[in-house]
Amino acid sequence: MSQFTSAFWDVYIGLITIVSIVACAVLLKMQSVRKPVESETSGHVWDENLSEYNNPLPAWWAWLFYVTIVFGLAYLVLYPGLGSYAGVLGWSQVKQLEEENTRAQAAYGPIFDRFAAQDIVALSKNAEALAIGQKLFLNNCAQCHASDGGGSRGFPNLTDKDWLWGGTPEAIRTSIADGRTGAMPPFGQALGDQGVKDVAHYVLSLSGQASDSIRKARGEPLYKASCSACHGPEGKGNPAIGAPNLADRIWLHGSGEEAIAAQISKGRVNQMPAHKDLLSPAKIHLLTAYVYSLSGK
Amino acid sequence: MKADAVEQSLYEVREAIYPRAVRGWFATWRWLLVWGTQLVFYGLAWLPWNGRQAVLFDVAHRKFFIFGLVFWPQDIIYLTVLLIIAALALFLFTAIAGRLWCGYACPQTVYTEIFLWIERRIEGERNARIKLDKEGLSLRKFLLKTSKHMVWALFALWTGFTFVGYVTPIRELWVEVLTFTTGPWETFWILFYGFATYGNAGWMREQVCIYMCPYARFQSAMFDKDTMVISYDRVRGEPRGKATVKGVGEGLGDCVDCGICVQVCPTGIDIRAGLQYQCIGCAACIDGCDQVMGRLGRARGLIRYATTHAVEGKPTRILRPRVLIYVGILAAIVAVAGASLYLRVPLKVDVIRDRAALAREVEGGRIENVYRLQIMNTTEGARTFQIAVAGLPGLQLASEPRVVLEATESRMVPVRVRAEPGIAAAGSHRIQFSVRATDDERVAVSEKSVFILR
Repeated sequence: MSQFTSAFWDVYIGLITIVSIVACAVLLKMQSVRKPVESETSGHVWDENLSEYNNPLPAWWAWLFYVTIVFGLAYLVLYPGLGSYAGVLGWSQVKQLEEENTRAQAAYGPIFDRFAAQDIVALSKNAEALAIGQKLFLNNCAQCHASDGGGSRGFPNLTDKDWLWGGTPEAIRTSIADGRTGAMPPFGQALGDQGVKDVAHYVLSLSGQASDSIRKARGEPLYKASCSACHGPEGKGNPAIGAPNLADRIWLHGSGEEAIAAQISKGRVNQMPAHKDLLSPAKIHLLTAYVYSLSGK
Repeated sequence: MKADAVEQSLYEVREAIYPRAVRGWFATWRWLLVWGTQLVFYGLAWLPWNGRQAVLFDVAHRKFFIFGLVFWPQDIIYLTVLLIIAALALFLFTAIAGRLWCGYACPQTVYTEIFLWIERRIEGERNARIKLDKEGLSLRKFLLKTSKHMVWALFALWTGFTFVGYVTPIRELWVEVLTFTTGPWETFWILFYGFATYGNAGWMREQVCIYMCPYARFQSAMFDKDTMVISYDRVRGEPRGKATVKGVGEGLGDCVDCGICVQVCPTGIDIRAGLQYQCIGCAACIDGCDQVMGRLGRARGLIRYATTHAVEGKPTRILRPRVLIYVGILAAIVAVAGASLYLRVPLKVDVIRDRAALAREVEGGRIENVYRLQIMNTTEGARTFQIAVAGLPGLQLASEPRVVLEATESRMVPVRVRAEPGIAAAGSHRIQFSVRATDDERVAVSEKSVFILR
């Protein structure tokens, strides 16, 4: 593929290359002829009296130069080197990458395929599968979910029994392959500042935490009206739409009145990216088994 | 143009050199070194050790076995130290006695010696070889030349095979060679190293020393007037001349101009012209001259190892500052390297902090940081390691503290560290991880990291 819009530059570069090589050969040939030499030394003198002998080079040295010329010409015929000429071998970087990928697939594919047919629950107890799964996890998932799968603020903990979208092998596989988007609409406008605070206190009471009893009582009807559709009347959440369980003490986006109020007021869109285009089904299968095993401990 | 101008080409065709075989003290030393180095080279690859090859540079798995020691790429410093020791030893020997390495132990010399020996066995002594090369092609010449090159090629291929046998297990390689199933790189390196041996020892010989070797060119920097070099005793030898029946009485020196010293020289020079850069210090001329002198009943040592000072009749100082400094540096480095090797812990640990999530809050408001510990067990047996962390009050490990590693296994272990809220100011705090083998107190490594509180 040429970057130039005009074919002139292809010819220009090709000519310079060929002419240079030919010129080197001619120069070499000219130097091989016997010539009268006037003096024993090269004529240069260093440090007052150090001079250099005019010793001839060994003849095989000259042959090495000829070998490089032949090599260069052969290279230009076989490989792309002259302008847009593609070379007899048709080599290209893209082709080489594809070949290497094919070879890697042939070499490592069977290792993954061996596990692809096995059941996730069985794999989650297979040490070898988990070792591969861990490597995949560290390379692809640990940036957000942390190296131990424990997550951090905004990134779910995968080692507990609390699942936003369900903890069955199928649900985990779907989360990895297709990704998930959890969206909570903002309620700040609808509820007003006081309303938001009241709901926050009611939410705190769902998990048995200390809350203002007046605010809690005022928040309850607001919760039933605005929140229970997704989070359920008892705040148990709904894995079908990724609505978090509010009745446990696990807080994805921070605990305490302030964090909860901010969440209610501003809402949130949280996204897990889809990996089906990045990882092969066999790798996703192993990752599913690994993630499944994390919470089984 | 001056009248004395001579015609000269920029290039010079190599003149074949036919070194004459020589016996003597120094030739014996060279043969001892040839046998010594080559028995080690060809034999060591086959030596078993703990159920594996004793010396194996397993490039594919990045593990380098030398008897009981297992080196990892992280131990590259030992290779550096080894090269520094080799270089300093070379400086020292050169300062004391010139090109000892070149004359006795350099592979170029050793393989040339072996190839010359094969050549002599097949084509005969110097005169027979000169005659053979001059005569036209005959069936006899063809057979002699062909068999020489066959033997050379076989020997060179065996050398290439042995070389590759240090990189890939030689017993498996041998089976592969017998069944023609060597991999592409193994095949390439066997052929390449074999070709290099054949070409350098069979054809290039002194050309390597004269034109290719960089070491030959800077050795003179280590020479001084107290360096022992191979010297012709000009005072005693000149004027040279053929010994007549009347002997030395006619004002001639001890040199009978027999030319043996030139005939035995592997680089084809005349040592009587003085020290030259082509001289590799092999002392073949000393052995040759001593034989002649012995036969003539004259004192040996017309050509001998002597310092410039000794030849000039001045006292020689072996222990001079140059030598003492080389010895001092060499001894210091050897001692430090030896101690470091002896104290080396067969365990390596790298701590990598999780970068995306710096700190996270878990139940009870406690703060957790996550790290990856790359633990490398460099022994050849399975081992259990205990992980501990310290550096902040109440800092504790919230993940499994014990980990079992197989022989020479390297594993990434995610580690969770937990702190109670408010034990220190928010921000970054220095902590240390320590990893210790449960069966040996001394096998322990401590690594720094930081814990982030918020």
